[in-house]
Amino acid sequence: MSARRLFAHELEEALDRVLYASPSHRSIERLALLLEPLSRAQQDLVLHWAGVAAQTYAEIGYLIASLAPQVFARLDERDFAAWVIHGLDTYDKQGLRPAMEVLRDFEGFLAAKEGRAFARFEEVEARLSRLIQGLSGRPLSLRIGPYPYTDTETIFLPERIGQYAAHADNRRLYQALAVRLWAQARFGTYRADLTHALSQYADRELACQWLCCLEAMRLESCIARELPGMARELARLRSPWPDELACAARDLQADDADISVSLRWLARLMEKNVLPPPLTGLGVLAPELAQRVRDARIEKDTEILRRALMQSLTPGERKARMTTQIDAQRGVVEIRIDGEAVWLAPEAQEAAQSLIQDLGELPPELLAPAGPAEGKLPQPRQRLAEPERIEERRADFYYDEWDYLRQAYRRGWCHVYETEGKAGTGDFVRETKKRHAARIRQLKKKFEAIRGEDRLLGRQLEGEEIDLDAHIEALHDRKSGAEPSARLFARRQRNERSFAAMFLIDMSGSTKGWVNDCEREALVMLCEALEALGDAYAIYGFSGWTRTRCDLYRIKSYSERYDEAIARRIDGIEAKDYTRMGVAIRHVTRLLAAQPAKHKLLVLLTDGRPDDFGDEYRGVYGVEDTRRALLEARRQGVRSFCVTIDRAGQEYLKHMMGPAAYVILDDARKLPLKIAEIYRRLTV
Amino acid sequence: MLAEIKTLTPILERPLTAPYYRPIGEEVALFEAAARQRLPVLLKGPTGCGKTRFVEYMAWKLGRPLATVACHDDLTTADLVGRYLIVGEETVWLDGPLTAAVRMGAICYLDEIVEARKDTTVVIHPLADSRRLLAVDKRGELIPAPAEFMLVISYNPGYQSVLKEIKPSTRQRFVAIEFDYPAADIEAEIVATEGGVDVECARKLVKLAELTRNLKGAGLDEGASTRLLVHAAQLIAAGIAPQTAATAAVARALSDEPDMSETLDDLVRAVFG
Repeated sequence: MSARRLFAHELEEALDRVLYASPSHRSIERLALLLEPLSRAQQDLVLHWAGVAAQTYAEIGYLIASLAPQVFARLDERDFAAWVIHGLDTYDKQGLRPAMEVLRDFEGFLAAKEGRAFARFEEVEARLSRLIQGLSGRPLSLRIGPYPYTDTETIFLPERIGQYAAHADNRRLYQALAVRLWAQARFGTYRADLTHALSQYADRELACQWLCCLEAMRLESCIARELPGMARELARLRSPWPDELACAARDLQADDADISVSLRWLARLMEKNVLPPPLTGLGVLAPELAQRVRDARIEKDTEILRRALMQSLTPGERKARMTTQIDAQRGVVEIRIDGEAVWLAPEAQEAAQSLIQDLGELPPELLAPAGPAEGKLPQPRQRLAEPERIEERRADFYYDEWDYLRQAYRRGWCHVYETEGKAGTGDFVRETKKRHAARIRQLKKKFEAIRGEDRLLGRQLEGEEIDLDAHIEALHDRKSGAEPSARLFARRQRNERSFAAMFLIDMSGSTKGWVNDCEREALVMLCEALEALGDAYAIYGFSGWTRTRCDLYRIKSYSERYDEAIARRIDGIEAKDYTRMGVAIRHVTRLLAAQPAKHKLLVLLTDGRPDDFGDEYRGVYGVEDTRRALLEARRQGVRSFCVTIDRAGQEYLKHMMGPAAYVILDDARKLPLKIAEIYRRLTV
Repeated sequence: MLAEIKTLTPILERPLTAPYYRPIGEEVALFEAAARQRLPVLLKGPTGCGKTRFVEYMAWKLGRPLATVACHDDLTTADLVGRYLIVGEETVWLDGPLTAAVRMGAICYLDEIVEARKDTTVVIHPLADSRRLLAVDKRGELIPAPAEFMLVISYNPGYQSVLKEIKPSTRQRFVAIEFDYPAADIEAEIVATEGGVDVECARKLVKLAELTRNLKGAGLDEGASTRLLVHAAQLIAAGIAPQTAATAAVARALSDEPDMSETLDDLVRAVFG
């Protein structure tokens, strides 16, 4: 390829090709003119990345191309790619508009790049969420937010932090923020009605900032009592407390100081009418948001606990007296009704603990009679039940998918629905059994022979029993003056087969007809053979229609026995839609990896290459994703093997199955006869 | 025939000094009552919470010898009951720990019973009900257990593997005493006493354990046990810096996984940093 710059008309043509859904031809003309002055390498890069982005969303591709001249003035070629990927990631996570904004903010991107100091949410998220889980209290999740705050169920942290020059310091600041916000939820910042308290001040904003300072001081000493190391770290990462707080310190740092102490001091500080210093890294208070979440939770928890308590009351004793005791050391709540301890189900226990964390005690209306006519809280009950009914079915699982173009995962990209396979009549299975009766008998015999059985090992140095033959020989040796052997015992050795197998069946549209028949026949033979062998095995079928509808059909789970119901489900396997292979492999790998067996084997039965509705998954993308999924499986200790009926498959199979092994059957009809033998070879 | 074969029985010693044990609830009274009524006992609880120590303590308190068997997946009936050995040209019978305990009227403690091979449970069944008999098949001998003999098994319900479940037919022969990590104050007292550190330091270790126990099921199979805390305390008592000791004895002992280690380090720092 020549290194000559492309002229506008050439660029126009190329852009037309990659941005197939461009707004108008006029705009393409303009774009081409813009790109003409760039170097050829830069032009190629723009065309490549605009094309990649356009596959995700046409408008993003267009934006990338149109920003390119400005971006190249500031970024080199490598950073250009990083900039695009960053934009696409944002699209995956937050949608189109934030992605466009992120792309336009390439100066910000550059600043981050140059400083190399920014800590990003993604890099700290996993570690922080484990840390927060380790700290006790109600579980909190982590999310990206416009500023650091908590609504008492989620901790929101900024997408990136660049306050310090050093990356490590910015990471520490992330941790400090997360811990401070955790403390707000844990030590009752929102236990009082802050919205109301703050509304008393003319300058609400100022009051909110001061309260945040006061609370930070109070919470830091709460943290110091339990986690002295953490408190020291927090203190290191903030500027010294303002002088105005010095007199409040003693009150705020008392063991029993709660939010009311902070509010009292807030009133005094507001009288003085001084501005709070710009303290950073303390997080922000979000009274309205937190209040809403907290109220909803209290309502829910109260209802759960009340139902639990009502069950333990006989209808007659409505006017019971409830006493509560909290085992502070274990955090367990013990409830006694008229002196009698009530056993709480885990869910109710959790609700009780959550209520105590929110309110400091259990609300007295808990024991209000359950009947809606008499109850003080009749509403929550009705409101609670409804969402369950009208809620659409959510996907059962979400899986990441590998995007080779970006060399990165798309998080939670595929939505998996796991359902039980449709039951057929079972006639097919009966017929197959009849037709292959002789073959099945043969298989069974063969498999029984390799079934793990205990063996008695003779002539051992030690063992449970004396090996009489060895003993007599030794006696003889001794009598005749030869050196007798010391190996006189017999030991029972267990020869345990420890295999778990997973059979993943391609149910895509292309298997319709005899391929599907062969698959089903093969499964019948397999089940018969495996029953004789005694290995744990499961069978799943997969199909789907785009990433938001990946179906996995449970034909047989590990806990089910091979019986009539399973036979019916095998019968019911039918050709459906597409073959999004990566996600199916990830799902069954997860099931297989949870098996206790020592050796785990995934067998994939398919008739062709990965494919899904739309162009995205077809071709290299799907092959790379599948390859990646198989690599992940291997890392989890799952070995995979692919049996494919695809004569055209040779060229990509080797690459795709790199992490696995595979066999190609040129004729589907051989599958039923071969499959059991393949399995036997793999496992002995 | 039987008389001609020499029988060796290992001598089980009575514990002379009292092992340290800090009672938590009513377990001591329960165990004593079970011993009086000749009932077998099942101790349930997570690893390192003091089950074995409790049995040692009770053996001392009741003045009975103790035979402890740590069960493993190759433990056979012969390992419990006994086997023939050949000494010179002579065949000798060597009693296994269970048989020795039955003969002497000792306490036999089978630690982590689910780890043993399934067939071993068959031999303890007749000992664990009203028959109180030990059948030694290979010798054709039936040994009735004396009043002082007591069977104690332990089991950790935390392992969720289906292979490691205790069968109902076994479980329902035993009086079950449940153990858990003690409440924070008591645990700190134990760590301070056993590890030789001051209560302040012991409290910090207990706090750390609490944090790791919150991670159970979220990357950790088990949180830090009391035993691990005692180890850490012993290291500290031997002059190791607390943070180093906690990292070595708790964080590193709990997980090999890099991500989890990182989090455990964070927790150690949060308490000791």
